Amino acid sequence: MSGFITIALIFLVFIIIYQIAKASEYASVIRGEEKVKVQTNRTIAWLLVIFFLLGMWGIWKCHMLLQDKMLPVSASVQGVQYDLMFKMTIWVTGITFFITQAMLFWFCFKYQSTEKRTSFFYPHNNKLEVLWTTVPAIAMAALVAVGLKNWMAFTSEAPKDAAIVEVVGKQFNWLIRYPGHDGVLGKRDFRKIDDADNVLGLDWNDKDNMDDIIMQNGELHLVVNKPVKLLIGSRDVIHDVGLPHFRMKMDAVPGIVTTMWFTPQYTSDEMKKITGNENFVYEISCDQVCGKGHYSMRGTVIVQTQAEYDAWMMKQPTYYSSSHAPAVPAGAPAKTDSVKAVTMK
Amino acid sequence: MSNEAIIHGQEVAHGHATEHHDHEHHEQHFIWKYIFSQDHKIISRQFLVTGIFWAIIGAFFSLIFRLQLGFPDTTFPWMESILGEWAKGGKLSPEFYYALITMHGTILVFFVLTAGLSGTFANLLIPLQVGARDMASPFLNMLSYWFFFASSVFMFISLFVQTGPASGGWTTYPPLSALKEASMGSGIGMDLWLIGMALFVVSSLLGGLNYITTVLNMRTKGMTMTRLPLTIWALFFTAVLGVLSFPVLFSGFVLLIFDRNFGTSFYLSEIFINGRALPHIGGSAILYQHLFWFLGHPEVYIIMLPGMGMASEIIAVNSRKPIFGYLAMVISLISITLLAFLVWAHHMFVTGMSPFLGSIFVLLTLLIAVPSAVKVFNWITTIWRGNLRFTPAMLFALGFVSLFISGGLTGIFLGNSALDIHLHDTYFVVAHFHIVMGVSAFFGMFAGIYHWFPKMFGRFMNNTLGYIHFFITMAGAYLIFWPMHYEGIAGMPRRYYDYSAWESFKQFTTLNTFISIIAAIVFFTQFIFVINFFVSIWRGRKLTNPNPWGATTLEWTTPINAGHGNWPGEIPEVHRWAYDYKDDGHGGDFIPQTVPLREGEEGH
Repeated sequence: MSGFITIALIFLVFIIIYQIAKASEYASVIRGEEKVKVQTNRTIAWLLVIFFLLGMWGIWKCHMLLQDKMLPVSASVQGVQYDLMFKMTIWVTGITFFITQAMLFWFCFKYQSTEKRTSFFYPHNNKLEVLWTTVPAIAMAALVAVGLKNWMAFTSEAPKDAAIVEVVGKQFNWLIRYPGHDGVLGKRDFRKIDDADNVLGLDWNDKDNMDDIIMQNGELHLVVNKPVKLLIGSRDVIHDVGLPHFRMKMDAVPGIVTTMWFTPQYTSDEMKKITGNENFVYEISCDQVCGKGHYSMRGTVIVQTQAEYDAWMMKQPTYYSSSHAPAVPAGAPAKTDSVKAVTMK
Repeated sequence: MSNEAIIHGQEVAHGHATEHHDHEHHEQHFIWKYIFSQDHKIISRQFLVTGIFWAIIGAFFSLIFRLQLGFPDTTFPWMESILGEWAKGGKLSPEFYYALITMHGTILVFFVLTAGLSGTFANLLIPLQVGARDMASPFLNMLSYWFFFASSVFMFISLFVQTGPASGGWTTYPPLSALKEASMGSGIGMDLWLIGMALFVVSSLLGGLNYITTVLNMRTKGMTMTRLPLTIWALFFTAVLGVLSFPVLFSGFVLLIFDRNFGTSFYLSEIFINGRALPHIGGSAILYQHLFWFLGHPEVYIIMLPGMGMASEIIAVNSRKPIFGYLAMVISLISITLLAFLVWAHHMFVTGMSPFLGSIFVLLTLLIAVPSAVKVFNWITTIWRGNLRFTPAMLFALGFVSLFISGGLTGIFLGNSALDIHLHDTYFVVAHFHIVMGVSAFFGMFAGIYHWFPKMFGRFMNNTLGYIHFFITMAGAYLIFWPMHYEGIAGMPRRYYDYSAWESFKQFTTLNTFISIIAAIVFFTQFIFVINFFVSIWRGRKLTNPNPWGATTLEWTTPINAGHGNWPGEIPEVHRWAYDYKDDGHGGDFIPQTVPLREGEEGH
């Protein structure tokens, strides 16, 4: 019933607005159309200027309001370059934005139709056109140059001493595999996958797999100031490893292995101090729609000092031992604070 | 084309029309006149009304999912009464959330801003502005609408199936869209989506071929290509883009249909889902993305170009000034069209594509900024020292330019792969494309509707309502999408149902609420337009002057409410370009294209 009343009310409002508008049309006919047209034109020109000024004020307000909700300083060395380039692009586009919008709205006001004004017949001017073809072209060339330099750096081969970690997406969580003592990830085959005791389909005939460690709670442990190369895969549909704090992102595509590498520069604890947020945590977001639980596909990154990392690693059982020991249930070791915290509805 | 051919073509068209004219002495039956009509003006109205119908549905979907995003902890009991199982207890289910965003995208991109926009204005304006009695093939033109209608029927049915409509995003990437196990929407809903889209491609091709043929072959005497109004150039290149790229999308869909139903492995490889390993090996999920974006990117320009053309025309008419740099405008349209085919992979920088390939696409993508900048500066110079009349159409055309600047500039971020790494698939992308091809294209469409409504229906729309509609929509568009850039820069991913469990993104809850409220206001404001549109068809102020805006182009030389065939007598001959807004020697400020050059006057 209340729904019906709401609809009726909305309908009524529309009828009223329409009637008023219609009345203004008749009124203008009575008062002399030309006169009303001139008045309306002037009012609209003023409204456009007010819109522009309010808009610029709004942009400023919006910036003040939201700037401390932005990401903290880049957590990766590569991200520092990223932020620099981002700022540069902001300046280039920001200035263009302001100048062009100001001209647009100012001309609207300045050259509004009046009885005295006649327009200036000005069909073209080659010099001007060449000018605003070349200037944007040069600006773009500069941005492309900076962009490609960074792109080459970000996508280059990882350093030889980089740690290797595998990140595999599935509906709807992340599986993280560490190579163990030998530093080598063993072979895996999707046909060997079994959710009970072989979540990644490790080939037990491959000795390299015996010391591999799998974290099923989506926790990616990294060492600060040590480059890490992620080998990214997917078990089912396309996912995406998004690391906003590190300014990194790469799709996880079934059937192929994608990679990304970066060097973390702040430990999780340091970042807590930088942000002043006790609950701060580096998060892995899935950035490619992957089904109904897409929004809950959350992982975490824990950046530690070498000593902390080694101590943590010591405690982790190999996946072989945990999945083959009958007493210990297969699956994640103790900590499960991340993925399961997000409840699916 | 030689003059002889133009004249010859004209005679044929003319002969056909006289013959047709004889038939029209007795009143046509309603069905043939308004439903299975072959008159381009009626077909354009059919596209427009269908487009408005879809726009309301598509926008309503966004209202529902914006409620979820803005008020994640609130329940809306009325939602259950509309959506039933999908919103148990008034809480939208994640499955249906994903269905809604998918259908919102599909509907607005294809059904509204492709069919509704170029379907309406290419049909209305091409014959009228080039001086033809109708399209090259009125019958294929009619089929084009009815294929669109059939496609709409399938898409509409898919909204009501038990497993819900397609829900893998409007891009429907496999394997998510290929495997029924992966998502509920990948069941029958996806099949209906594919059938609907396949029919849509047919409709688009029939229409596009017709538009191209008409522009090339059926121009009236004296209407050389360089005398065409920019609307026609824009609609022509829109059609070229569609004809060349939609077939590629279709091939992508065919392979997807095979993967879904016939056990092939074009897109599938090494998948373990629902407790079992699938037999597919060797396919590539990325292949689909290449095929999809080979249409998907030109599609952006299919949506943008008609708006550019109409804005150029409307700004010139209402500035009482020729468009600045006509030739530069045409050349930039050509370069945008060419480049549109060469940049598709900038949607795929982070798919694991070769970085070298990526860098080439960066270069080509940022190149598009150059013709776009030329267009913007030319629009601004057109209003410089003009004599501006702010009709609602003019306001929307100016709003189009403003939004095109704002949305275009953020494209410079996303097209640069190094910056795209972080911004990819965040709200920055949502803000960018909604401003530049969503709202901006809509503004082009609104401008066109307000401007050519008198041509379509012989009546005016109400101006006051038009002004209210403009200012609320313009302010609303910026209020909704401007703050979204900030969310995107903070890394907030798009297509999430709920952000409350995320430490990095939950600080935006208030902002999301704000955006949702504005979105609701803007949604309801659009009904001012819808009511204005439909009521004005029957009740609007009647046109007394056949050329109410004082425009130079040919469509205003036809009688008010012209019948099939457009001109009762001979088709007028064209003597000058479309932008002679100057002193005509008798106190007027424009010279129609049909007026011969005065002595001593030089043609443009």
